Amino acid sequence: MDLTHLKAHELIKGYENRDFTCTEVTQAYLDVIKAKEQDINAYITVTDNLALSRAQYVDSMYENREEQGLLAGVPLAIKDNVAVKDVKMTAASKILENFIAPYNSTLTEKVNEAGAIILGKANMDEFAMGATTRSSYFGATKNPLDPKLIPGGSSGGSAAAVSGFEACLAVGTDTGGSTRQPAGFNGIVGFKPTYGSVSRFGIASMANTFDTVGSFGRDVEDAHLLMQVMAGRDMKDATSIDNPSLTKPIDFENGAYLKDIKVAVPKVYLNMELDSVVKSAFDSTIALLKDAGATVDVVDLENLEYTIQVYHILVNSEIASNMSRFDSLRYGHRTQRPYSSYEEMFKFSRSEGFGDEVKKRIMVGTHILSLDAKSNYYQKALQVRTLIKKGFDDVFKNYDLILSPSAPILPIPLDSTMSDVEIYQSDLFTIPANMAGCPSISVPYTGGSFPVGMLLTADRLRDDMCFKAASEMERRLK
Amino acid sequence: MSYKTIVGLEIHVELSTVTKAFCSCENTFGGEPNTRVCPVCLALPGAMPVLNENVLNYTLMAALALNCTINKESKFDRKNYFYPDLTKGFQITQNDRPIAVEGHLTIDTDNGPKDIGIYQIQMEEDTGKSLHGDNETLIDYNRCGVPLIEIVSKPDMASGKEGRAFLENLRNTLKFIGVSDVKMEEGSLRCDVNVNVKDELTGKKTAVTEVKNLNSFRAVEKAIDFEVARHIALLENGEDELRTTRRWDDVNGQTVLMRVKYTQADYRFQPEGDLVPVVIDDAYIETIRAQLPELPADKKARFISAYNLSEYDAAVLTSSVQLAEFFESVAAKFDDANMVSNWIMTEVLRRVEDTEDNFEVPFEADDFVELLNFVKSGKINNNAGKKVLREMFESKAKPADIIEDKGLLQVSDDSAIGVWVDEVLKDNPQSIEDIKGGKDRAMGFLVGQVMKKSKGKANPGLVNKLLQEKIQKM
Ligand SMILES: [Zn+2]
Repeated sequence: MDLTHLKAHELIKGYENRDFTCTEVTQAYLDVIKAKEQDINAYITVTDNLALSRAQYVDSMYENREEQGLLAGVPLAIKDNVAVKDVKMTAASKILENFIAPYNSTLTEKVNEAGAIILGKANMDEFAMGATTRSSYFGATKNPLDPKLIPGGSSGGSAAAVSGFEACLAVGTDTGGSTRQPAGFNGIVGFKPTYGSVSRFGIASMANTFDTVGSFGRDVEDAHLLMQVMAGRDMKDATSIDNPSLTKPIDFENGAYLKDIKVAVPKVYLNMELDSVVKSAFDSTIALLKDAGATVDVVDLENLEYTIQVYHILVNSEIASNMSRFDSLRYGHRTQRPYSSYEEMFKFSRSEGFGDEVKKRIMVGTHILSLDAKSNYYQKALQVRTLIKKGFDDVFKNYDLILSPSAPILPIPLDSTMSDVEIYQSDLFTIPANMAGCPSISVPYTGGSFPVGMLLTADRLRDDMCFKAASEMERRLK
Repeated sequence: MSYKTIVGLEIHVELSTVTKAFCSCENTFGGEPNTRVCPVCLALPGAMPVLNENVLNYTLMAALALNCTINKESKFDRKNYFYPDLTKGFQITQNDRPIAVEGHLTIDTDNGPKDIGIYQIQMEEDTGKSLHGDNETLIDYNRCGVPLIEIVSKPDMASGKEGRAFLENLRNTLKFIGVSDVKMEEGSLRCDVNVNVKDELTGKKTAVTEVKNLNSFRAVEKAIDFEVARHIALLENGEDELRTTRRWDDVNGQTVLMRVKYTQADYRFQPEGDLVPVVIDDAYIETIRAQLPELPADKKARFISAYNLSEYDAAVLTSSVQLAEFFESVAAKFDDANMVSNWIMTEVLRRVEDTEDNFEVPFEADDFVELLNFVKSGKINNNAGKKVLREMFESKAKPADIIEDKGLLQVSDDSAIGVWVDEVLKDNPQSIEDIKGGKDRAMGFLVGQVMKKSKGKANPGLVNKLLQEKIQKM
């Protein structure tokens, strides 16, 4: 039995039956990491000593029959924009290359309390900006399904770790699709909850009104398990909320959740150019849903066609402001060049410390917020965001879920030279859920030549709808 | 020529909450640099602000005391700029939807009371402090996140005197309600003034000058007057100038140019998405209003009408919360409010050093009531009463014990006083002659002699009466 091929819920049963120990499982994962990292580069930091000592502790808890948390003994990876106390937190940027987090994020506290074993910090696009995990200062991550391909982004390291058996579960962040798009590219499940369901305290902000924390698992049940642990209102994050729909029990074995649900497919998505593999997976999924007793209708979703433009205006404006704390005064990369003023010190340090993608977005965002462009772009984009939200509200008056592929394309080769605009397009289907704050899940359609992520989006605080529908879809595909 | 002076004030007030605006670091002045900081004030990656509820409550108290309209929904914004002591690269403030708008504060002027308008009050946070050395600059982040309110007045003041009166009144009000210690020297009250002048005949106006960081009330008044004169001179010489920022040079008594503003600074304001909008309802506002103490102006008016005090006495007695409280607790148990007022105004206040900031006496109000009762009932005389009070300050003993100890009880017994009177008359035949010859002044001398003989204990009224009677019979 290959211990790393067990899912989290299977591991937990195994521990309870004393089939194997947590130390054995953790060691098995560390062995895979050792063997594969050279090729995959899913991690920036591997915390092997920490993981093994935690594993021994959890084993002793099992031996003493002490009460265990929901994730007791489950090894997982945490995206490197999340603070884990006394461990490097680089956000895949040179500017934080040697930054050691002096405190835990709330989610780190929660997974620790639940007994999870943190294997390390996963690679990502620098500061979570990107859709390929190629913008990491620590080198690109490769897709375990085919190492010539990108794993997607920005949580590409987290997705690759789970898909490549270098972690059982992984924590990602999702600002415009960063859990769901790479989940789709890696043939695993990626979930993003209702905005605010998981505390952002201790997570480096990218675009704070869009950022959410999501989960990766090799099946829906695993992704759900991790979400249950991370969710909950936190006094340290004023935007966090209680979301009881995340902890509702779900029958993963027998639940007939697709019967009589109403699924909407936005009309604009039907006329889009999709990769043929994606297109046929999409069509098959619609057929599968109908087969299971769901209604699938084509609907108008107002203003959806402006999503990408509005997203980039707003997100870059927030990025410009969120990146300004990295001034290299209190922490982070400090230039070695001589400087004669603090402005120069900022300038040299930041131009050395940030990668191109980050710099570009800071400049775009700063420009958008500067006086003359502001009312034309920024204020209007805020208004359109409200309209897009309203479009979602209208659809959810009559429908339980919105269906689309997770990305219009299959993962591109690592060395492909797609334009930025083309790459930004790969977040096309995932971004609307971030604009509207809705929960959304990518579940792999595995009936074709390459796994394709199928995206289900539900109304705010109806996260359980995503999990229920996805779990039955997954079961029917087996 | 007739000129209209236009003066507006921008005031930053530090709130004296226990913790900072957006984290739980202690909010106090001074201390070792960088000892009151946390991931939030230092803007470490992942740190997030959470609004301290007391910052909201204190701001609401200030807004209500300044007669403002409270916005039921306000929000926070980011003011983006780079500066070494600004950790996040932006300052959290309120820009387009502040917590309170449209208030006023009444000041006394030579032409009677005048309302000075207030545009808005906004909540914001302070930044760190740079300490410049010879070759290096060190930064103290203790002040990062210290809660401030910015109060922007309307340009309703017409002179340095009015500007100063407004600022002083504002300080007293905020201090009275306890939301700030408003100390200019410690930076918990900071004032910038905006001045320009309009030629009422031609309608021509000078460009607004901003004088920054004035650190005393006197400087505010002087700087305004200096600028008014400078602006009038500009108009008279037909000169114009760009918007300038100046500072006050106290040594030379003039303002000095800091910079010329060519364009408005671009702060790239945007909503602070890490904080939720502040939404409050009428019930919440009323709860805060109920916590508000009586304001100085209201208290003074009530003292005049309820206790029948003079305008001056009422002003002094309401100049500090503690003093007013002391007066009222004594007056509640003693039916002659004017006597209470007189004793406090003269005998008590001369012995209390810091009336305004920290009025404190070493005895209870009840002890003071007891003393006044001794005097009022004639058990001790006025002079003995003053002695007792002095002793109460020094030894902190009770009035009855002091009187007993020093034997100060007034002697109102005819026969005892008669003995002293007889002795004095026997010793001073010349004075008797004088009185009979119409020289009244000698009477005072004889009374004094009797008092002396009684060691101050004789009832002066009785002494006088007995002396008169006995001399007449002679
Ligand atoms: Zn702090």
